[in-house]
Amino acid sequence: MKSAAELLDELQGAMPGVKLALATNPSPSAQHSLVVAAEDALRVAVYLRDVAGYDYCSNATGVDWLDKETTEKVKTTRRVKKEVDGVEQEVDETVEETVKRVEPGCLEAVYHLYSMRQGPHDPHPPLVLRMRTANRTDRVELPSLSPVWRAAEFQEREIFDLYGIVFKGHRDLRRLLMWDEFEDHPMRRDYVDPDDFEYEPTPHDEVLKRAEEHRAKLAAEGAR
Amino acid sequence: MTTAEMKSGIDSGIKSYLPPVIEVEAENELLEVAMGPHHPSTHGVFRMDVALDGERVVRLKPVFGYLHRNHEKLAEGTTYLASMPYTDRLDYFCSMTNNWAYALAVEKLAGLEVPERAEYIRVITAELTRVQNHASAIGFLMQEMGASGTPLMYAFREREKILDLFEALSGSRMMCNYMRFGGCRVDLPEGWLERTKKIVAELPRFIDEMEALLTGNEILMARAQGVGVLSPELAVNAGVTGVMLRATGVNYDVRKVDHYGIYDRFSFRVPLGEHGDIYDRYMLRVLEMRESVKILEQALPQIPDGPILDPKSKPRGFRPKPGEAYGRIEAPKGELGFYLISDGSGNPYRYRVRPPSLINLTILEDMCLGQNVADVVLIFGSVDIVLGEVDR
Amino acid sequence: MAVESNLKIELGKQGVFVTTLNELYNWGRRNSVWPMQFGLACCAIEMIATTMARYDLARFGAEVFRPSPRQADLMIISGTVTKKMAPQVVRLYNQMAEPRYVIAMGACAISGGPFKQGYNVLKGIDRYIPVDVHIPGCPPRPEALIHAFMTLQKKIAAQPLTGEERPRHLDASAQGEFPVPEPGAHDLEPPVNRLVWPLPAPTVAAPAKEGA
Ligand code: SF4
Repeated sequence: MKSAAELLDELQGAMPGVKLALATNPSPSAQHSLVVAAEDALRVAVYLRDVAGYDYCSNATGVDWLDKETTEKVKTTRRVKKEVDGVEQEVDETVEETVKRVEPGCLEAVYHLYSMRQGPHDPHPPLVLRMRTANRTDRVELPSLSPVWRAAEFQEREIFDLYGIVFKGHRDLRRLLMWDEFEDHPMRRDYVDPDDFEYEPTPHDEVLKRAEEHRAKLAAEGAR
Repeated sequence: MTTAEMKSGIDSGIKSYLPPVIEVEAENELLEVAMGPHHPSTHGVFRMDVALDGERVVRLKPVFGYLHRNHEKLAEGTTYLASMPYTDRLDYFCSMTNNWAYALAVEKLAGLEVPERAEYIRVITAELTRVQNHASAIGFLMQEMGASGTPLMYAFREREKILDLFEALSGSRMMCNYMRFGGCRVDLPEGWLERTKKIVAELPRFIDEMEALLTGNEILMARAQGVGVLSPELAVNAGVTGVMLRATGVNYDVRKVDHYGIYDRFSFRVPLGEHGDIYDRYMLRVLEMRESVKILEQALPQIPDGPILDPKSKPRGFRPKPGEAYGRIEAPKGELGFYLISDGSGNPYRYRVRPPSLINLTILEDMCLGQNVADVVLIFGSVDIVLGEVDR
Repeated sequence: MAVESNLKIELGKQGVFVTTLNELYNWGRRNSVWPMQFGLACCAIEMIATTMARYDLARFGAEVFRPSPRQADLMIISGTVTKKMAPQVVRLYNQMAEPRYVIAMGACAISGGPFKQGYNVLKGIDRYIPVDVHIPGCPPRPEALIHAFMTLQKKIAAQPLTGEERPRHLDASAQGEFPVPEPGAHDLEPPVNRLVWPLPAPTVAAPAKEGA
């Protein structure tokens, strides 16, 4: 089978203008992935299945990338007026400033593809296909790849349930694991559990913290 | 979202594999039955919402989640090593293969090597697991066919022997928690190999006995042949793996395809079916047990001395470099995969289990539509699922 | 009511057997406890193993696993109860006829066990229904289940038919139906049935209330 980089060239040759990028994986597994833009995903997927031979979608899953806040210390020099020895002068002054930069997060759908048609062959890493949503809150739509690989049908429902990615074109997009009335997406990294603290005979550390919070909540309820 | 939008993917000329739509004459005369979550035939807590036209199934929707135990969320909040005992509880018939799949994914992520002795132990425990899983699966299938007791009792008798071996090895009957990244936890206890050889030597007799009871059985043939047929194209497209896939005739066994572990060194064959029906699946399980016995017979005398853990691996304080890996093995139920993303910390950033049981159920609807409701129970049983893995 | 045990033995030697109605009644009850065929998770496999040839639960008069709650006396909660499943468990319990008993098998049924921190895991079934015997273990060995069974038999044998301690089916004022929790937007509603599972007294000093 071709490597991800070779496939990237092949796809760009076959579909000019397709928005694709290679994401390298620094770990020893060296399973590199193709990042495909949402609008091109369906035709790329069809090409991969029908032409490139990736007829088997092994795994489909979601990943939540939080907004990343990076702080950097930057040294800036500016001219300031200062009184030096009683005389007002302009002096160069260097100050350290912390600059906050927010990298917007996203939700990601990851597909691991193999080829069954090729029959027994040398071990090859899976082809990893990734799609990213525009943000984590309101623009969370991606095209469903379940029309291409039926294997993604339940797995996309699971992603919808646990991560909240809305797959357009899925034939039956409902929650898979949680009940229908449930409103949260519990696999997101900022999900907060319901407060169902339970009595512990010897609370400590985190449990103690939760116990105290819980008690404060009960007290507040009682006072009402 | 409008319906038109929802349909857009399907209508855009892509060749999709969808379940058949059954025409119903009188829509309001359908009988809707919720089979489960507490139903004797559902292997646990699983629900099928079935619509019946007389005895015929015209609609079927599986409902999951009654055993959703948040395995993935818990694993993302704890260290790599601490997830190992949780993997036991995925497919609780086959804790050894679950351990292996997870260890394999982590080894790919961190680039660890497994010593030869440990590879042999892994193969031996995995094949023992396969034997007891297939035996139990057949037992449960027969239970659903109305042979209550006997085949299952035979299977469990054999299973107990294998569980005793696991207990001697790991300290626990079912939840072995035995493998580690880059090897195994403890070495074989004294006399274990001899005990195992004895038990393995008796296995063919058990399989013969089981086959004498079942393979030519008229009731089994009448109820299983030609029922629940799955086509190879659909099976591949729907990601069906394991016995279910090979019963349709597709030659795909991860042991042969990926050459993981040391399966290259043993000669064994991959049995294939022709019809993709329940009987083929039953037959394949029997044949796979025989192949497993063959592997065991080769592996047991060959096992070398040596260390059982990669000296580079530090199970405690384990921090792989950032990156990701997907590792998979041929578990008794199908292809079991683990997908891990590391951000360099002690906890995985993303931890995902690719559950063969869940994905093999994708085509449950396709197989059941148009069949008798009594056969739904059989078709479901022949998929061989474990709810702990379906819902995780 | 009570015949002295020594006298009973003496009479027995003469071929006269005396017993009380209470004893006879409980003897019959405890030796044919029919469990419900109801498995939840991994522990259920050990429960099945217990009924199989090697451990043979039939020796204790409990081999008849009934598929219907209406015909069962004993519910073995064998495995993790998730929040999605909890309403069904309570409903099944409500459908069982008195006298009914519950064994909570395994760490999960007792407290959520290894999965306690999970968002969909109920932290112990005794939040909603009363439990008679708890078995620790993950999974408990078949011997442990048999032990729990014998404990239950002892418990049944010791139940007087009259008075405060009488079993619930002889007590007209006993609670029969237990409220079934509803699935809510974030959690089950209510998250716990306070009548069955009163909150233990706090062990941390509660913050002083102002002007309450
Ligand atoms: S107690 Fe352990 S074995 Fe039993 S259901 Fe829970 S996790 Fe499974």
